[in-house]
Amino acid sequence: MNIEQIYREESGRILATLIRLLGDLDLAEDAVQEAFAAALAAWPKTGAPANPRAWLVSAGRNKAVDLLRRRALLESKRDELARLNALAEQVADVPEETMLKDDRLRLIFTCCHPALPREAQVPLTLRTLCGLSTEEIAHAFLVPVPTMAQRLVRAKQKIRDAGIPYRVPADEELPDRVETVLLVVYLVFNEGYNASAGDALVRRELCGEAIRLGRLVHGLMPGEPEAQALLALMLLHDSRRDARTTESGEIVLLEEQDRSRWHRDQIAEGLELVENALGRGARGPYALQAAIAALHAQAKSVQETDWHQIAALYELLWQVQPSPVVELNRAVAVAMANGLSEGLLLLDALQERGELRGYYLLPAARGDLLRRMERWEQSGEAYREALALVSNEAERKFLQRRLAEVQGKI
Amino acid sequence: MQYLLLIYDQESQWGKLNEAEQGKMMHEYGELTKSIQQSGHYLASSQLHPVAKATTVRVRDGKKLVTDGPFAETKEQLGGFYLIEAKDLDDAVAIAARIPSARLGSIEIRPLVVRERVAA
Repeated sequence: MNIEQIYREESGRILATLIRLLGDLDLAEDAVQEAFAAALAAWPKTGAPANPRAWLVSAGRNKAVDLLRRRALLESKRDELARLNALAEQVADVPEETMLKDDRLRLIFTCCHPALPREAQVPLTLRTLCGLSTEEIAHAFLVPVPTMAQRLVRAKQKIRDAGIPYRVPADEELPDRVETVLLVVYLVFNEGYNASAGDALVRRELCGEAIRLGRLVHGLMPGEPEAQALLALMLLHDSRRDARTTESGEIVLLEEQDRSRWHRDQIAEGLELVENALGRGARGPYALQAAIAALHAQAKSVQETDWHQIAALYELLWQVQPSPVVELNRAVAVAMANGLSEGLLLLDALQERGELRGYYLLPAARGDLLRRMERWEQSGEAYREALALVSNEAERKFLQRRLAEVQGKI
Repeated sequence: MQYLLLIYDQESQWGKLNEAEQGKMMHEYGELTKSIQQSGHYLASSQLHPVAKATTVRVRDGKKLVTDGPFAETKEQLGGFYLIEAKDLDDAVAIAARIPSARLGSIEIRPLVVRERVAA
């Protein structure tokens, strides 16, 4: 393994451990950078050590001691000297695997602390646990680099000044806090999956990062079936990545996708995870969405899809997460299961309530049902409505194609 | 770390409670104070008179301006505070959640700035 690979895979763990040892995120980040710089200088001559991670942790710790010593000398600060002495007394032995696990778990809960703004939780998690650079994160979230850098700095300042702890929350707080962690992972995934603008390829890497995080969270909290369900959900969605767009980047709908291009290994893993999670009683939003994704993944075609069960699952999902977007999806499933006109009635009712005004997928879904019902003029009208609202270029192209298609029938 | 827990609620709501409810709330406050004194979190606390008794002072160009009322008219008013010593933010949040007014209004948690004492 070269140093770059080690950085990618280990920097999150090393950072987490150094934060525990040093009690300071900024100092730990500097120490990680210095440790890798030392490795770049030393390893080509000496060869990589047998246990690179232990080497880097101990190098980082020594670098931090140097940094603190320099600061202490410059400013003759008593508390820095006290920290220094405490550090020097720590035994420099190789940390146990379980300890490393705990370090990262603590760090996740810190990065996803509810006292941090959402717009900081997500990048901070990617920065510290996935080792993404500020530039990469800024690029992925379509934010200027200085803006993202400032967000990260502010978040770290709040962690320090408000006393946000590096600690796994107490049992009674755990359910709420786990929910935030899972939401952050899910947001990273969606950011990549629904890349609504910008360099889609770069942004799709976020799906990979989210799955990596999902594996980590599931591995760290094996007792949380919702964490397992979230991993399943992401794997099942991501398994369709190659079939979802044409080579020129145009959207291919589920019913037109070449299912032989779905990643079967990922589907198999996702199915096993979701079955296990459901078996352990998971009934939250991730478990239900994963169950829906599992039914799609198992179907040979749209016609052979179990739409009745999908509609029933959306009904359950609506009960735990009563949002108009869930209702929209349920209406489409009902249309496929019980007949187009029944689904259309639900969509019309949703439109009348006006909660999804400005959301292009509602007129797009109406346009699609009306198209299937061969009500060409009304369908065209709905597609025009959708086109007025859509912002994503690939989706605009798709809607234009559909509009041209129904107009040709009039 | 030291945290100031600022208790905000609508003064008008207090008036809507009947005597028994007011008494129950005051009793809960007393119990909370006792409990966090015993656990070593407590540093200071007080209820504040309503904003009708507030006075605001500004000095501009060396001239003192005194006006009636609070600094800003808001929907919820500062009604009291606790000053506590807590291990970290989670510890402070746990105490803030036990303040009876958290159920009606909201508690703002502000960490105190620690300045190192400069040796003379």
